[in-house]
Amino acid sequence: MAQPDILGPPGQGVPPPAGGMPSARRARLGRRLRSLAGIALSLALTLLGLLLVTFVIGRIMPIDPVLKVVGERATQAQYDAAYQAMGLDKPIWQQFLRYMAEVLRGDFGRSISTGHPVAQDLLRVFPATVELATLGTLIGVCVGVPLGVVAAARRGGWIDQVARVVALVGYSMPIFWLGLMGLLLFYGILGWVGGPGRQGIIYDGMVPTVTGLILIDSLVAGDWAAFRDAFSHIVLPASLLGYFSLAYISRMTRSFMLEQLSAEYVVTARVKGLSEGRVIWGHAFRNILVPLITVIALSFGSLLEGSVLTEIVFSWPGIGQYITKALLAGDMNAVLGGTVVVGTCFVALNLLSDILYRLLDPRAK
Amino acid sequence: MTQTTRAWLLSDAPQTRRQARLGALYQGWLTFRANRLAMVGLAILVLLVLVAAFAPWIAPQNPYAQNLAERLRPPSAQHWLGTDALGRDILSRLIFGSRVTLFIVGTVALIAPVIGLFVGTVAGFAAGWVDQVLMRITDIFLAFPKLILALAFVAALGPSIGNAVLALALTSWPPYARLARAETLTIRNADYIAAARLQGAGPLRLLIGHVWPLCVSSLIVRVALDMAGIILSAAGLGFLGLGAQPPMPEWGAMISDGRSYILDFWWVAAMPGMAIFVVSLAFNLLGDGLRDVLDPKGARE
Amino acid sequence: MSPLLSVRNLRVSFPTRSGMFEAVRGVSFDLGRERLGVVGESGSGKSMTGRAILGLVRPPGRVEAERMELGGESILNLPEARMRRLRGSRISMVMQDPKFSLNPVMTVGRQIMEGYRLHTGKSRAAARDKALEMLAAVQIRDPERVFHAYPHEVSGGMGQRIMIAMMLAPDPEILIADEPTSALDVSVRNEVLRIMDRLVGARGMGLIFISHDLNLVAQFCDRVLIMYAGRVVEELPARDLHAAKHPYTQGLLNSLPRLDRPVERLAVLQRQEGWRDALPAETP
Repeated sequence: MAQPDILGPPGQGVPPPAGGMPSARRARLGRRLRSLAGIALSLALTLLGLLLVTFVIGRIMPIDPVLKVVGERATQAQYDAAYQAMGLDKPIWQQFLRYMAEVLRGDFGRSISTGHPVAQDLLRVFPATVELATLGTLIGVCVGVPLGVVAAARRGGWIDQVARVVALVGYSMPIFWLGLMGLLLFYGILGWVGGPGRQGIIYDGMVPTVTGLILIDSLVAGDWAAFRDAFSHIVLPASLLGYFSLAYISRMTRSFMLEQLSAEYVVTARVKGLSEGRVIWGHAFRNILVPLITVIALSFGSLLEGSVLTEIVFSWPGIGQYITKALLAGDMNAVLGGTVVVGTCFVALNLLSDILYRLLDPRAK
Repeated sequence: MTQTTRAWLLSDAPQTRRQARLGALYQGWLTFRANRLAMVGLAILVLLVLVAAFAPWIAPQNPYAQNLAERLRPPSAQHWLGTDALGRDILSRLIFGSRVTLFIVGTVALIAPVIGLFVGTVAGFAAGWVDQVLMRITDIFLAFPKLILALAFVAALGPSIGNAVLALALTSWPPYARLARAETLTIRNADYIAAARLQGAGPLRLLIGHVWPLCVSSLIVRVALDMAGIILSAAGLGFLGLGAQPPMPEWGAMISDGRSYILDFWWVAAMPGMAIFVVSLAFNLLGDGLRDVLDPKGARE
Repeated sequence: MSPLLSVRNLRVSFPTRSGMFEAVRGVSFDLGRERLGVVGESGSGKSMTGRAILGLVRPPGRVEAERMELGGESILNLPEARMRRLRGSRISMVMQDPKFSLNPVMTVGRQIMEGYRLHTGKSRAAARDKALEMLAAVQIRDPERVFHAYPHEVSGGMGQRIMIAMMLAPDPEILIADEPTSALDVSVRNEVLRIMDRLVGARGMGLIFISHDLNLVAQFCDRVLIMYAGRVVEELPARDLHAAKHPYTQGLLNSLPRLDRPVERLAVLQRQEGWRDALPAETP
């Protein structure tokens, strides 16, 4: 199928250039902006669905939410008053609208176990999780991407074999168990790293909160001892998450690269006399960048989630631990609030990779 | 196998449909057998099924029998893998735990792909607004973090092994739906579907008789590759105390039991973790092998 | 005058499960400043011959020859680093489909400049001028615009002209064109050929034109090699093609429809085991 030739007579092909910016580039930008509107619509629908699911989960649970608020010894009048105040006498769709309005205002209700508003709790615990997942993803990207590229370039070589085993073990290992074994070895036996928790007791609350990320906050405060302490605590859980992330990223990178390396333009690049390094990194790798961004975003999302188990193992005061504790205490507001926040992060990550894809890939329509 | 049976199976010109079908199966088996790692995976899983089936005869001791005098004993001739905090024999508990693991994995692997197959094929076959609605729902479920959604479900329904299975199934069907829809879209416009339609076949008949059988093989590969993930998620729920409840010997819950003793009595947590690792590794190896046989496109990787 | 390229008894083989597979089995030819056509069916080893000359047969594939000389110097199994200096600067290649042979995420301009700067070491600005000059030379009307375009934004015919511009920018002595027009619309084939012919002729280059299209080669080339099963079965001047002696060449010719000599039914190409090992028929 022939595309319109730019050389062709005007009217058939692309309109002639106008102004300073080459018009091919301008047309590309316009197309992308229009597609963003479509993304925004599907994003809104997905978020709506997310709220609907959490709402339904909140309704089907066997715990009576009113009793949780007024306590076991409330009179019938008190109970009824609370029942009405919570809007439970209204039709179900009005209850959903009310729930939606509350969530949009950032009101997830009050947590029964901590006594604080859930939103306030989430603001406190979420940075801890983000810090862990970010460091894990960094490790996964910095090791996984080069490993995958080299494995593909030297297919069947020893690096490829090593990468294969690393990934296979990563896909098969229970993360919480590996964490426990890591604690046993590096903390219990070797004493190389800090133990469970985010900070040693003496440093707790010593660093003023700026970003909520202790590694950064301690640097901002210029407190090296606190930084070292925080680092010794985060290094093991972050490496652990990093390992799982790298297993996934290296496999995906390898298969993307293999696909590209068999493409004709790679032969073209070799014919031009480019070195193998330039063929691989300058040509083939540039072509996998866009799908790779999606993979990295997905991996970051799954680390946010995978941190549930890791946080329990390492007593890490993040959102995973918060949700799990709330869950065991029957604290539904906290569970649903946490679920909405993590779900929204997932959606936001998908959106981000979608936007990047449209901005970075010249072929995106 | 005799030489003639082999020749009959490998014949280039099968005489009957049965011969053709058996021949294709045998060819697949030959490809699969050439993959040594996949055979190791298969062997481990066959062993697992045998152990689960004959658990009462194999287990050296009663997995529920507590003996506080014998608590937290290291591996020895009497207790090969040591004992836990209640003095129960860890090996026996692992052996009985294989039943729990197989139950969870088996049930989820039955429910989730069936939901996915149904949603995906209906969406792909009906097209139009039905497709739009079903796929939007699928996307919403995909947008959720799986484990957290499963946690929320279990929280609402109450922790138990049945609810854990249900939660895992409810959170793992969307990828199957996507896959089944994609397959359906390629099948839908094929000439033989048009031919069947001309012969008067209704949509239900087309769906069940023509579309489903063709979607199954790619779904099987996907299930095999997902099994390890299901085991890990199930163990994770058990570890969090949201799956099997004590005293049921579930591997994830056993790790959780050993967690408090990890620094001094490492074997309590280490042994069940090894079991989980070996079994999910076996599923991964098997899945890779099956993909090579059933999905030649993916085999190139 | 000594030839640009001299190949004697070239063999390319790949290990397979059932022993070594020989894709090219003893090909010999000399290339001067001329247009040499290489014709054969798919699988006859014609493309592999081109890739072997460029040193692009990757392990475990193996290349052997009595002699493979470029301008009197051996280029047989040169170390990769030395081969790289020849590739692009002295021998170059245009491939079948520009849709696949141009890098989709790099602008046309960058792709042209890349090879030129590598071999000449010129500045960015000089490379840019050269790229625009080359685009103009392949008769692209608005070089500035195409320079900034991505490959998916140009048509097939223009893509192939860009490919030619890119490969000729560093001024190579030999161009291997591997089915350069097979993927193009019939309407633009002749234009691309004409442009390639003019540039190659003006620069006094040698052209190896690989094709399955006997008529095209007969019109376009000076001399033709007919390949079958990894061997040259016949070599003759293009104008004498109709007088070919080898039964395989005759078979190829007879399987083409001709307006001036209509036949009831086109001949089906017959192949004989014996041709696989026979020596090439002598040029008259």
